[in-house]
Amino acid sequence: MTTTTHQLRVDIPAVAGLEAHVGNTPLLPLTHLASRLRPGVQVLAKAEWFNPGGSVKDRPALNIIRTAIDCGQLGQGQRLLDSTSGNMGIAYATFCAPLGIPVTLVMPSNASPERISILRSLGAELILSDPVEGSDGALRLARQMAADAPQRYFYANQYDNPANWEAHFWSTGPEILNQTGGAVTHFVAGLGTSGTLTGVGKYLRENNPHIRIIGIQPDRPMHGIEGLKHMPSAIRPGIYDPAFPDQLLHIQTETAYEMVRRLGRQEGLFVGISSGAAAAAALQIAAGLESGVVVTIFPDAGYKYLSNPEIWGG
Amino acid sequence: MPMPVIRIPTPLRSYVNGLSEIPVQGQTVAAAMENLLTQYPAMRPHLTNTNGQLRPFVNLFLGESNVRDLQGLETPLKEDDKLLLIPSIAGG
Repeated sequence: MTTTTHQLRVDIPAVAGLEAHVGNTPLLPLTHLASRLRPGVQVLAKAEWFNPGGSVKDRPALNIIRTAIDCGQLGQGQRLLDSTSGNMGIAYATFCAPLGIPVTLVMPSNASPERISILRSLGAELILSDPVEGSDGALRLARQMAADAPQRYFYANQYDNPANWEAHFWSTGPEILNQTGGAVTHFVAGLGTSGTLTGVGKYLRENNPHIRIIGIQPDRPMHGIEGLKHMPSAIRPGIYDPAFPDQLLHIQTETAYEMVRRLGRQEGLFVGISSGAAAAAALQIAAGLESGVVVTIFPDAGYKYLSNPEIWGG
Repeated sequence: MPMPVIRIPTPLRSYVNGLSEIPVQGQTVAAAMENLLTQYPAMRPHLTNTNGQLRPFVNLFLGESNVRDLQGLETPLKEDDKLLLIPSIAGG
């Protein structure tokens, strides 16, 4: 039988591209892990791996790209340049590919093979920096590259770029307020660039001055909570104001690993290490409450960490 | 006489007087690490748990290879080897 392709064509409404699907992620309750809390206490997590690029970083990356294009700093042949631990780079590459904007990323060479493969698949140019120098070494190298070739690069500079936290002020913050019907009492988020804590926290505090904003960081300079920064021993992001959070919680790596396993086995949530830290911190805060709604952020899923056997146990 | 060297990641240099490389004695990774911790005891809680075992996120590389993929802590060291103490990737 002969078929003709024109018979398959139908009139469909204009279909939005990937950018239109950033944000509006689900807010999920922790049920089993929160079962021993007092009846009036809830713990909710934003499932940020529902973003097209697979992480919370879609939000700031898209806002940084759009802002730079609007200002004429990007889109006229410049390469987008930044240092990254992985997720921000994946987000940049995801949105720059269809725009025809080339991307150069600096990351330590011990980045997981999953991340390196994803970034190469998306066409990003990778500069792998000295692993002993860590993320700060990658940051310093990116700064130097930008200074050496300012015409070649738009240096996105996620650590100092206000478009990072503003993305959360305009999207994640309002979503949390709407999804909880304004009932959120505590917001708990990990500190990497601090963009999420700063943007969401500012929005929620504007709407409710009594809300508690709690930052999470690793308990030690040497840690395994990828994506989070131990601020006292790292280059402090320009967008981070240490006086902004009401409280800081310090989470041990082993606690985050254990919580990642429990989230998978008890809640069906296959998440990354920083989500484990977020859950541990949110549950710690919730355990001290008589009533309240504690909201946290689960930045990504567990796929990019599968090659690390220490996380998943047997 | 040449000795193996351990490269120290930036966040831990404040515990070793700011040094980036520490010469150590030892013919295996385990012996070299113990020697490092004996020289600089302030490093111990950052790298080992209460049982004295290396914490699970402490990654040691010999050249391009994680020692876990070699012979683990029993991996032999030559006198001109450089052992890299690699931090996790942080932030963004």
